[in-house]
Amino acid sequence: MTRAGIFRGVIAVLVVGGAAAAFVIAWRPAIAAIEPPAQQSFAPDLVRRGRELAAMGNCNDCHTVRGARNHGAKNFAGGRPVRTPFGTVFSTNITPDAETGIGRWSEAAFRRAMLVGVDREGRHLYPTFPYDHFTNVSDDDNRALYAYLMTREPVHAPARENRLLFPFNLRVLIAGWKLLFFHPGTYRPDPMKSAEWNRGGYLVEGLAHCGACHTPRNALGAERADASFSGGDADNWRAYAINAQSSAPVPWDAEAIYTYLRDGWHPDHGTARGPMAEVVSNLSEVPASDVHAIATFMAEMFGEPAPERKRRGEEAIAQAKSGGGEMQMDSEGGAIYASACAACHEAGRPPPYGGINLGLSTAISDPDSRNLANIVLSGVRPVEGERSPIMPGFAGSMNDAQIAALLNYLRSRFSSQPAWTGVQKTIKDARGAETAFLQTSAGARNAPADPAERAKP
Amino acid sequence: MMTLKVNGQDHTIDAEPDTPLLYVLRDDLQLNAAKFGCGLGQCGSCTVIVDGRAVLSCVTPLVLLEGKQVTTLEGLGSVSEPAPIQRAFTEEQAAQCGYCIAGMMMRAQALLQRNPKASDEQIRAELAPHLCRCGTHMRILRAVRRAATLMDTAELLPAEQGSAR
Repeated sequence: MTRAGIFRGVIAVLVVGGAAAAFVIAWRPAIAAIEPPAQQSFAPDLVRRGRELAAMGNCNDCHTVRGARNHGAKNFAGGRPVRTPFGTVFSTNITPDAETGIGRWSEAAFRRAMLVGVDREGRHLYPTFPYDHFTNVSDDDNRALYAYLMTREPVHAPARENRLLFPFNLRVLIAGWKLLFFHPGTYRPDPMKSAEWNRGGYLVEGLAHCGACHTPRNALGAERADASFSGGDADNWRAYAINAQSSAPVPWDAEAIYTYLRDGWHPDHGTARGPMAEVVSNLSEVPASDVHAIATFMAEMFGEPAPERKRRGEEAIAQAKSGGGEMQMDSEGGAIYASACAACHEAGRPPPYGGINLGLSTAISDPDSRNLANIVLSGVRPVEGERSPIMPGFAGSMNDAQIAALLNYLRSRFSSQPAWTGVQKTIKDARGAETAFLQTSAGARNAPADPAERAKP
Repeated sequence: MMTLKVNGQDHTIDAEPDTPLLYVLRDDLQLNAAKFGCGLGQCGSCTVIVDGRAVLSCVTPLVLLEGKQVTTLEGLGSVSEPAPIQRAFTEEQAAQCGYCIAGMMMRAQALLQRNPKASDEQIRAELAPHLCRCGTHMRILRAVRRAATLMDTAELLPAEQGSAR
């Protein structure tokens, strides 16, 4: 045998061996297709429980095209584009349609998708589907979710082709991603904590998948374990830090978190907007005890504020109650604020006719100016049939320079933080992404219906 | 004192910079097409066009309008020479009480200027913020579609040029 022949042989062995190893790592068997089960075969109580869990998981948000209610698209039929640094992934149809949905999936196939991110045919699913969290969902909860989804109206809606850059379009690579970043079933209750705290932890780390938006991601799109809840991205919105790094002017406590998540609004923090609006809309339909549990758990993630931070929070509230300071008309931003914003934001009127005092706004005190730009451009749409917070958008009446002047003014007047950089570009990008999203999202729920609550400034 | 450009004409306005555009149009310039509905930017009846975009004039203070072009319904056409959007609304009898209609027309006009081939979905989405209690919604949609056709064919007729755009 020649030397070259030996070399070729070694290469061949390596290639075949490598392929075999990759196959062993990546290959997952298909789970046999079933006849779509009859809707009556699921117990009503189980379906009801599944509905609450699906709301907790915010499933409809990703698995429904935005504005579906206006345009005839159906809940859970998939097709919503999720933009990632690696390209666009389209959510899939999770209605029980036999051909294009999950109608032929057994409960075992559904559970496997939730726990390890593999579809019925054995293909790896992209982690845009947050199985890194859903891996913590209990079998009982998966059974109820399955019952709920399998009793929805089947919709014929074929999956749209993902638009991913090479090599991310090769699903086999997901197996490698999982080896690096996916740790199945890691959540463990903490026996030192209360049952409520543990319930909250189970939901937050699992089905509610809060970290999917609120935790920053590494270069390969995995949540950074060393930075849990330090703030991330969702669409063109900033998902604020929800730990000790929170930039909220008033520190969050369990009671405020509960009210905000349940009603979409809190007098010391304002209104849930952007992708969070959909989340709180869903959280208004789950058991109150679960939202309390989440609040208990998250309050600990925020941590007890330092006395200094607490004092500044109290100051901000006192300042807001005493009304605005002098109007400053001498700068362009100040003149715009006084003319276009202050009439509502310093009115001291309860929502929906008065806006939050901007000294309490996280959008202004956060290092990222995107959320403020989004809100100024698009406003806050009313929720049908409810006394929800409202705000007109100013995309048409303010040009980019005017919005930039306004944002810079708000930052300097209402926060003690350094000036933002790149505000012009943020506004340009926000206009680009403008509001296809906001125009059609369901929006936040009501401001609290309890008159005592509404009377708060 | 500021100069406000409305329907192609400069006007010198003596008003505070926080005065809503709607008040100036109606009270100072006697341009009464835009209506006061809610005063909160929530009903759409005060809609006018500023630099090509539909704008809620009740929540647009003068300070934002320096150097910009305001167009009201009066600027599109008149009773004797109606613009395509006005003709279409008349021909479809899209108004009942009519209070919301001027605003609807202005937003539809801005949409069709931007996208002459707007789909039904786009027209519906665009007009969604406008409230109408009479219930002529289907006629309004037909009128906007008719206006799109009129604008399309008007471009072929030299005599009509300039009246609508």
